[in-house]
Amino acid sequence: MAATIVAARIRRSWFQRLSVIDLFLWGFRAAVLAAVVVGTFATLRSGRYAGEVWLDFLIFGISQGSVYALIALGYTMVYGILRMINFAHGDIFMCGAYTAFYAATALHRAGLFNRYPPLSLAVILVVAMATAVSVALLVERVAYRPLRRAPRLVPLISAIGASFFIEYAVRGLYGSGFQAYPEFEVFKGKWNVFGVGILRTQAVVIVATVILMTLLYLFVMRTRTGTAMRAVSEDMEVASLMGINVDRIIVITFAVGAAAAGAAGVLYALVFKQVHFFMGFYPGIKAFTAAVLGGIGNIPGAMLGGLFLGLFESVGPILVLDGLGIVAPYQLKDVIAFTMLVMVLIFRPSGILGERLAGKKA
Amino acid sequence: MALLEVDNLHVYYGQIHALKGITLHVDPGEIVTLIGANGAGKSTTLKTISGLLRPQQGRITLSGEDLAALPAHDVVAKGVVQVPEGRRIFGQLTVHENLLMGAYIRAERNGVETDLARVFTLFPRLKERRSQVAGTLSGGEQQMLAIGRALMSQPKVLLLDEPSMGLAPVLVEQIFETITGINRLGTTVLLVEQNAYMALHIAQRGYVLQTGEIALSGSAAELQANAEVRKAYLGG
Repeated sequence: MAATIVAARIRRSWFQRLSVIDLFLWGFRAAVLAAVVVGTFATLRSGRYAGEVWLDFLIFGISQGSVYALIALGYTMVYGILRMINFAHGDIFMCGAYTAFYAATALHRAGLFNRYPPLSLAVILVVAMATAVSVALLVERVAYRPLRRAPRLVPLISAIGASFFIEYAVRGLYGSGFQAYPEFEVFKGKWNVFGVGILRTQAVVIVATVILMTLLYLFVMRTRTGTAMRAVSEDMEVASLMGINVDRIIVITFAVGAAAAGAAGVLYALVFKQVHFFMGFYPGIKAFTAAVLGGIGNIPGAMLGGLFLGLFESVGPILVLDGLGIVAPYQLKDVIAFTMLVMVLIFRPSGILGERLAGKKA
Repeated sequence: MALLEVDNLHVYYGQIHALKGITLHVDPGEIVTLIGANGAGKSTTLKTISGLLRPQQGRITLSGEDLAALPAHDVVAKGVVQVPEGRRIFGQLTVHENLLMGAYIRAERNGVETDLARVFTLFPRLKERRSQVAGTLSGGEQQMLAIGRALMSQPKVLLLDEPSMGLAPVLVEQIFETITGINRLGTTVLLVEQNAYMALHIAQRGYVLQTGEIALSGSAAELQANAEVRKAYLGG
């Protein structure tokens, strides 16, 4: 008798706790899941795309994801230390790509570009990374450091301002048109890797990313400065009590993130062969999505998130949307990316690898 | 001459006057304790010495050298290091990495290795767990790590903020024994404690803080005998 009353009470409380919002969220989840399943099934049954096509999408996704991951590192590292989203980071990426364009055309004009491709690529990378680092440090000094003790919303607004400032400064300096990147002759066409044809530019992007990521990971995990970075991101005050100069570590963090973004700018330009003053916006937002997807503040998470996002974006439109009968699904790849951002924010705000932030920093 | 001297220190949190002219000194080789109720300003005093808070007025000197204007990381370099309240070890770093962060200001590799060995003899537990992530240690082990980490910078003065907080009675005794041991090896200690009984037991001198002011000071024996101290902090 008593047991049934208790059971009834529990059942009622469970039912009462189910709010309209919960219902909506479950509905949303179910709808997205249904769309994915139905679309995928329909596409695969139609057999419109051969295995090779899927492979191409896959590799494109990985190379695109590599670029996102490189940019995402900057977001995630800065967030890890300052709990702030550096919204100017996409424009730092653009600055890298833009100066790389000038370096590339100069080398091209001098006739060195295609005579020494690896050396030219190295020079371009160094120029791009150096520029990106300088811009990032300037932004940090002017727009963020004076606001370190301000409420968190304030540096965020400042970041958006810095983003516009950089975009329109570049527009004013170099014009609003697209600039065509010179192409490396050696990177035209495909390489054959284990019987699979891979576009050379994409292979370069993937290899370069793997090298940079490994270097960065070793830096953060194995060096004294890297350990200090992790210490500062955990507890800034105690880090300073250990004699760590927190401001210097913050500067190094911005520099490392910007260097990765600068390199990403060069790789992006290799694939898309043009630069533009606004080119940092979408990759910036996508990389931010990737960082959130992987768990913001978490470095392996940013790498993983970037890769995932690149893959979803490249495979998703054909796999899911095409089967649903949507015309020109590829134009909707941004919809997929941002639907993912919304889904992650609703259902797993801590991301793939992140832990619950509430418990850690409350 | 006193090693660490604090003279007429005034600190504000916004409008709140938290320290109203604290004056104290610590002689070389001493253990000095600051006791007092919650909110009396004990932690604030340590934070100000460490450079985390800026005094509006007053001087802090180490062997005559002014510390009050230095940022926190330079105070450590001068030889004053703090074990903060609540341990606050780096939970996601390994035990070994935590200790290396304690030695962050030091460039010489060999000296750091020697001190690492010394900390491991002081706390054998930490040696067993050196490659373990520090967040998985027990409370007592975390306190050992926090103290070991501070020792890695070779401090002249060790500031301890509530080292016994949240520990089981057995561990409390062990921690106080360790502090005495560290002191005997030549490190001067300024100890902030709620556990006045234990603190006065190991200290040579003490100060009693009340709402931002020094209410009483004297040798540990005098304070233990003082009727007011007995009533307020020693449970009769």
